[in-house]
Amino acid sequence: MTAPVLTEVPGGRRKAAVRDGRPGRKLTFDYVSFMLVFLVVPLALFLVFVIWPFGQAVYYALTDWSGFSADYNIIGLENFAKLWDDKLFKKAVQNNILLAIIIPIVTITISLTFATMMTIGGSRHGQLRGIRNSSFYRVVSFFPYVIPAIVIGLIWSQIYGPASGLLNGTLTRAGFQGFENFAWLGEQKTARWAVMFVIIWGFVGFYMVLFIAAIKGVPAEIYEAARIDGAGRLRMSTAVTIPMIRDAIQTAYIYLGILALDAFVYMQALAPSGGPDNSTLTISQKLFRTAFTDGKFGYASAMGVVLAVVTLVFAAVVFTVNWITGGKPDRKRQ
Amino acid sequence: MSRRRQISASDAPFRVVSHTVLAIWSVVVITPLAWTLLSSFKTTREIFASPFSLPSNWSFENYRSAWSREGFGNYFLNTVVIVGSALIIVMTLGSMCAYVLARFRFPGSRAIYYLMLAGLTFPVFLAIVPLFLLMRDFHLLNKQPGLVIVYVAFALPFTVFFLYPFFKRLPDEIAEAAAVDGASEWRTFFQVMLPMARPGMVSVAIFNFLGLWNQFLLPIALNTDQDNYVLSQGMSRFASQAGYAVDFGSLFAAVMITVVPVLVMYIVFQRQLRGSVAQGTLK
Repeated sequence: MTAPVLTEVPGGRRKAAVRDGRPGRKLTFDYVSFMLVFLVVPLALFLVFVIWPFGQAVYYALTDWSGFSADYNIIGLENFAKLWDDKLFKKAVQNNILLAIIIPIVTITISLTFATMMTIGGSRHGQLRGIRNSSFYRVVSFFPYVIPAIVIGLIWSQIYGPASGLLNGTLTRAGFQGFENFAWLGEQKTARWAVMFVIIWGFVGFYMVLFIAAIKGVPAEIYEAARIDGAGRLRMSTAVTIPMIRDAIQTAYIYLGILALDAFVYMQALAPSGGPDNSTLTISQKLFRTAFTDGKFGYASAMGVVLAVVTLVFAAVVFTVNWITGGKPDRKRQ
Repeated sequence: MSRRRQISASDAPFRVVSHTVLAIWSVVVITPLAWTLLSSFKTTREIFASPFSLPSNWSFENYRSAWSREGFGNYFLNTVVIVGSALIIVMTLGSMCAYVLARFRFPGSRAIYYLMLAGLTFPVFLAIVPLFLLMRDFHLLNKQPGLVIVYVAFALPFTVFFLYPFFKRLPDEIAEAAAVDGASEWRTFFQVMLPMARPGMVSVAIFNFLGLWNQFLLPIALNTDQDNYVLSQGMSRFASQAGYAVDFGSLFAAVMITVVPVLVMYIVFQRQLRGSVAQGTLK
């Protein structure tokens, strides 16, 4: 795409070749030292402290290792066969999948709506802008993200508390009946949604800020052109915003899904035992219990492998959907 | 009806709806925090008596207790040192790596990108025990530099993944102009490309700072020496140690000690964030 432009510049062809990494690039000191520091150093750190332990964990999944003892046996896929018959684990997988579907959709819908109101929701005359005082809302919505997850869980478990909780207190004062001692986290029909709300509450502001930055990165001329063509706010959101910040949405979706598939800290703070009838039990909790309470690290590692596979499948689905609906991850390079 | 009038007519209702929705959300966000602030001045008995009652005595006793007796002063300093060092290193390495992956084509660049994505995808505590053993072998266990390195390594995929689109979106012509003018690869990055990616850098730095400040699982597993504790560890120790006789007054005070500095830093910093974002768009 850029090469034809460059061939008109003397010496440009060689530079283009360097950037494309085709044969014929000169291994100058500049280039080699650049690649060494810019690529090899971060990559080495990443490989040693992140990828290598993951690899080891996969190996341990094939053993009956207890975690800290000296000897163990390699038992092949026996752990996975056991998992297949583990009803509680299957329940946890189902719970996690539900979390990974609902939390990202709700969070992204809310945060993208808010971000749109704040960036292009203002008056339709003059310069493109958001509604007034939008920075107040943005700053406030972001507050939960600065609070450690363990603390968020702790605060909300107090709010949901049956007797002295803020939620029941407020509902009762507002005149609603039957909330004097309602256990939000103890009833099967509410526990799951109560927990989801806490996670969504914590992340709407984060993704709103991210989407605001992404929308502001879209050249204002495109919005102005759409406006001149008569596009309304909804049309501008669907026809300009979403296609232009597609990468950011995809990233947000994957990151939220990973979070929902983990959800460990929140669940530990809100429902450490797995909730009523295990309706909020997650793979991570089951894994943690198996490893550190039951002392079956090999078996726990197998659960971790399943969790990783579920996560990768989730990411692959998001990538595929994005690709099918028209996103071209490499459009700039091709 | 002309198009112009039709569009103008939609302004007012849209504004009212937007403000209503956003105001409701703000109340939903602020109420639990205000309640925490209020509770941090109450005794545990008062907290359980009523969620709405005001403290009978506005004293900082809970805060004093959290800061010195519970060691949060020390945890606070540790957190600042560890998170500060990790943040500087990860922003440097992460932006470099994202830049190379986004703008250079070489064999394996896509593979590295997907490996980074995989690192972001894998659940951290799948790796936690092997990581514990690795750190022990490197004699980095329970040492602050060890925790810094692990923080950097685990924040790296996030940094690369989020900065990648920012570097990718920068116009090719400017980098090529720099190259034609004879700038080295190093100079092109630090003096041309990095300043242009500043909106992205600021956002990612904020997110990384908060992510590391709130990190929970890594320090719990790899930093068990109480002198080196970070705030989230203090919080969890504080809560578990108290057991059934939880001193919720001091706990809420400790929450405020953890949260307020970050909240203040964010409020101060977000102005700069907005400035740099606006600058990036005006360019």
